[in-house]
Amino acid sequence: MITTSNISDHKTIVLKIKNLYKSFGDNNVLNGFNLELYQGENLVIMGKSGSGKSVMIKCLVGLMEADSGSISVMQNDITTLDRESLDILRADIGFLFQGSALYDSMTVRENLEFPLRRHTKKLGDNINTEELVIEALENVGLVSAIDLMPSELSGGMKRRVALARTLILRPKIILYDEPTSGLDPITAKEIIILMQDIQKAYGTSSLIITHDVDCARVISDRMILLIDGVDYAVGTFKTLSASADPKIKAFFKQ
Amino acid sequence: MLKYNSIREKLRSFFMEIGELSFFTFRFFKESLKPPFEFKELLHQCYNMGNRSLLLVGLTGFIIGLVLTLQTRPTLMEFGAVSWMPSMVGISIVREIGPIITALVCAGRIGSGLGAELGSMRVTEQIDAMEVSGTNPFKFLVVTRVVAVTLMLPLLVIFGDTLALLGSYLVENVKGNVSFTLYFNQVFNSLEFGDIIPATIKSFFFGLAIGLVGCFKGYYCKKGTVGVGKAANSAVVFTSLLLFIIDFIAVFVTDIFYDL
Repeated sequence: MITTSNISDHKTIVLKIKNLYKSFGDNNVLNGFNLELYQGENLVIMGKSGSGKSVMIKCLVGLMEADSGSISVMQNDITTLDRESLDILRADIGFLFQGSALYDSMTVRENLEFPLRRHTKKLGDNINTEELVIEALENVGLVSAIDLMPSELSGGMKRRVALARTLILRPKIILYDEPTSGLDPITAKEIIILMQDIQKAYGTSSLIITHDVDCARVISDRMILLIDGVDYAVGTFKTLSASADPKIKAFFKQ
Repeated sequence: MLKYNSIREKLRSFFMEIGELSFFTFRFFKESLKPPFEFKELLHQCYNMGNRSLLLVGLTGFIIGLVLTLQTRPTLMEFGAVSWMPSMVGISIVREIGPIITALVCAGRIGSGLGAELGSMRVTEQIDAMEVSGTNPFKFLVVTRVVAVTLMLPLLVIFGDTLALLGSYLVENVKGNVSFTLYFNQVFNSLEFGDIIPATIKSFFFGLAIGLVGCFKGYYCKKGTVGVGKAANSAVVFTSLLLFIIDFIAVFVTDIFYDL
């Protein structure tokens, strides 16, 4: 593994993956992947399509079971947690899906209210659902869409609403799965700025999976290149983009 | 050899699916007994499946009653037994035709709907999003829908039966000048609890089968949008087959009780 940064020194680790292995039949997708995410950091993971980025992020929230390895989220090993404890921990992890994954049959308001049903304890007994929904929508600039159905929203608006739904539980970590994919450059830029604003406002740590070099350049504090199922190179955008290694260089050629 | 391997593979996947469906059914019973209960969603689904199927079930029942009477009338007239028409139609509708036709109609409308709805939620990651938000999607999506269709089907069967008898009465009234009171008196005189109770119990099982198979096919849908179509289609095919098997078992068991 190539390491070109010491940015991580003396910071609290909020998420740690150690020696993660996952295969589908004969196809070994992850071959001992490692990762450390620090408090308040934006960590970008880049890799080719089919390199296992989405598999890794799904293992991280318990949507998929890893073959071996450990995943620790805020000192909790999620591979050993029971369903109840995992659900409680999930309130601290926001997940923005690639296709937004808004619930088709519900309005924007109902989409945002949905995660609150299970996690009222976290936000206190006296929570005002309406206030929380409006606050989350204000943060993404979409209060006017509160009573619309997902089918009435554009791709960029859907992504914003999905982000608002992620924010409503005030997560400590946000996982972004290809946040700008399928969006035009202007909307993609707006989403990136929004992600930065959210990070500043909420002090979250973010793990961002992308193959958008512009997104990585603007938002990353640190990057990991996922090649052949391992964390092939770790460093800042500047150091990695200057690397002479042909495998690393291939990512930054545009 | 190649043909033998292909048959063996198909048999293997068929039994694998039966095993998975059995596990799914076990999970349904386990989750349905555990709180919290999703009453609001259950009521919403009851409305969706019950109220919105009324027209289709009613129309089908009415036409079945009409056709059955029209087709049977000439034969009964030949034997001079046309006065037995209300009894014959009543018993055949309540015992067999009403429940199975309503169940088949609902397998097409509700079963395919469940397969397509949950299938599209699966491929667009909406089920994953529920899971990640800490809500149990199985409880919210599967348990509510299966319970709703199980509760609604017997009511739809009663509604379908009523409309079928009305259709039959219409023919008898036009062709034989039979009054409403006479017709329905004869229907209810020939019916016993032994006809109504097994049919109602059977309808619950029909509803359970429609809900379980539809949700199973949708919940484990794979291969993108093509998979959604396949889930909806196979939900209808598999449920229809299962309905006839349940019907056979129900008739067999009822027969044992009649003999006692």
